[in-house]
Parts: sequence; structure tokens; C-alpha cells
Amino acid sequence: MTSTGEAVQFWVLAVIAVGGALGMVLMRKAVHSALCLAATMIALAICYMAQGAVFLGIVQIVVYTGAIMMLFLFVVMLVGVTSADSVKETLKGQRVAAVVGGIGFGVLLCAGIANAKLRNFTGVGAADQASGGNVQGLARLIFTQYVWAFEVTGALLITAAVGAMVLTHREATEVRQSQRELAEQRVRLGQQVTPLPAPGVYARHNAVDVPGLLPDGSPAEISVNPTLRQRGQMRRVGTDLLRRMGDLETGTADWLGRKTPKQRAGTELAQLERAQDELERAQDERDLHQDDLHQDELRQEELRENEENELAEREEEQQ
Amino acid sequence: MSPVNYLYLAALLFTIGAVGVLVRRNAIVLFMCVELMLNACNLALVTFSRLHGNLDGQIIAFFTMVVAAAEVVVGLAIIVSVFRTRHSASVDDTNLMKL
Repeated sequence: MTSTGEAVQFWVLAVIAVGGALGMVLMRKAVHSALCLAATMIALAICYMAQGAVFLGIVQIVVYTGAIMMLFLFVVMLVGVTSADSVKETLKGQRVAAVVGGIGFGVLLCAGIANAKLRNFTGVGAADQASGGNVQGLARLIFTQYVWAFEVTGALLITAAVGAMVLTHREATEVRQSQRELAEQRVRLGQQVTPLPAPGVYARHNAVDVPGLLPDGSPAEISVNPTLRQRGQMRRVGTDLLRRMGDLETGTADWLGRKTPKQRAGTELAQLERAQDELERAQDERDLHQDDLHQDELRQEELRENEENELAEREEEQQ
Repeated sequence: MSPVNYLYLAALLFTIGAVGVLVRRNAIVLFMCVELMLNACNLALVTFSRLHGNLDGQIIAFFTMVVAAAEVVVGLAIIVSVFRTRHSASVDDTNLMKL
């Protein structure tokens, strides 16, 4: 019989270990599963130490929770933290069958253990004392009786390391373009040659999602990150802001006693914009009208098809 | 308390790991379940070592840890290379014997 302290420790650790294991299976996100498994492994490490396997307990913490679980988390990061499991069952009734089979297997294992004759135990104290400690005892065994297995383990580790490198190595399929080539290409294709303008001039909130303003006061959409533009997260420069800029211009004009260059350009620009807006509005209305017509046609066609189908079904029924 | 309780705990953890392998679809979680099964075996080996009073069980548990580390390295490399070609970590999508 073990001490009461160990019994208490066992029941606490067993609850943590089983809870972590169940959590790992039931959590939908891989990160949560990994954290649950780490908790289980630490509980198991303390179990090892409580049973006299001090070296194995330390190795469990260093290698399993330290190295292997971090490797798992790295891969989860690479593959995508949000990659949750699909709940869809590909094989019908497979989950229920797996759980029932698992329970049966567990009962079988427990019955086997209960029937085994394990009434008394020796403890590793005497074996440790024979070579002067747990680590010394393990070292003696590893380098005498199990030395061949130990050597083969080295070969296995090297093979695994080389295998991982071969599997994740990616061959470059094209020569990477140098900075000079990229610059020449930009000039040749007539793309933006200068650096892109910075966003957020006159911005009040987060500057990166507000376009900078060109000298004539119009927003420069190119100044906002293309990702934000594609997501539709670019913030419009508010009318309030534009009005305040206009006030600033009038103030300057008053002080100078003449129209500022921007005001002169602005009147022309405003006229142009108004004309363009009207054109666009007319175009939109025409499009909308055409869309309505088109949809009416579609609807009528659908109705006609439905009627034909019904007729065909009725004929089939009659036959 | 008898040390046999550790064996029951090991059996329970092994069963949970096995059910997890059968139920889950994400390849990474599948690997974690295999790790849990290996850990349960280690616990059983350490307990046997204590019951019998010699250190051979602990040596075998030590070798199991080394093999588990090698297995995880290669397995995760395979998952990463499959993810690169399939853009998915689900084992359902890997239904051809080529990348």
C-alpha cells in the first residue's frame, strides 16, 4: 500500500489527466486541444516522479511539454489557428460506433488489469540503491544491457531529422527577381515608379485606413493598403473633414486677400465632378431599368418552364 | 491505495486517445491523440517497473519517448507538406496516394 499523501496526489492528478484528455478530444480548435494535452502531460510527469521515476518525470516535462507540444503549436500556427474540425460525419454512424467500441475496449483492459495478480509491489528503491540513484541506475542499464537499442535510437533520430528536412524542403521553381529587374519592369510597364503616397493625412482615427489627400483635396485611394481596399475597409474622408479643409482654405484666402490656387482649381474641379456625377447617375438609372426588364423576362421564362414541367408530370401520371 | 490504480488511469487515457483517433478529422489533433496513447503506455511501463522492482520498465519508457519524438517530427512535416498542396489539415481530403 502506498502512503495517503500519494493517494491524494493520485486522485487529483488523475482528474486533471482525464479531464485534459477528454478536453483534447472534445475541443473543436486545435490550439485548445494542444493546451489540454499539455496539462495531461504535466500531470503524468508528476505521476512518474511520484512513482520513483524522477529522471523520466523531468524528461517528460522537458521533451514532451517543452519540445513536442511547442512543435505542435508551431504547426498549428503554420496550418492556421482557426482551422476548426468539420462536424460533418463522412461515414454514417461512425462516431457512435467508435465511442461504443472505445468503451468496450476500456472495459476489456480494466477487466484484464483487475484479474492480474498484482496484490503486492516491490518499489524501485532497492534497484536505485544498487547503483547509487535513479539516474545512475538508468545509465548503467542504457550503456550495458540496452546499448545496442541506444545506438539504433541515434540512427532513428538522424533519419527523422533528415526526413523532416526532405519533406518540408521546397524547390524554387523560378529565379527570384532582383530589385533592379523589378524597377526596370515597373518603368517598362508604366506602373507607379515612385514610392506610394502615405495614407492618413488629416486623418482623425486610424490613419492607415483613411486615404491621404492630394494637393487638390481629392482622396488618393492608392495610399491605402491594397488589402484594406479589397476588404472594403477603406474609410471615406468625411464631408465634415473636407468642409473644415475648405474653411482652412477660405481663411488663407481671406488673409492673403486673393483666391488660393486650390480654390481656383477647386471651382473647375467641382464643375467637372458635378458633370461627371450627373452622367453616372443617368447611366445607373438606365442600368437599373434594364435590369428590371431583364428580371421580368427571366421570371416569365421561369413561369413558362414550370408550367411545361407540370404538364409533363401530369402526362406521365396519366400514362 | 494500490499502485494498480495507475494502470487503470493508463488504460483510461489509452482508451480516450484511441477513441479520439477514430472520431477526430483534423490531422494535428489525430497526432495529439496518438501522443496521448504513447503517454498512457509510458505510465503503464513506469508502474510495472515499480511493481516489479527493476528499472527495465523505465528504460523502455525512455525509448518510447525517443521514438515518439522522431515520429512527431516526421508526422508534422508530412502534415505541413500536405497542407501546402491541399490547403487543408483534414484527413478526409487526403484520399489520393500522392501529393
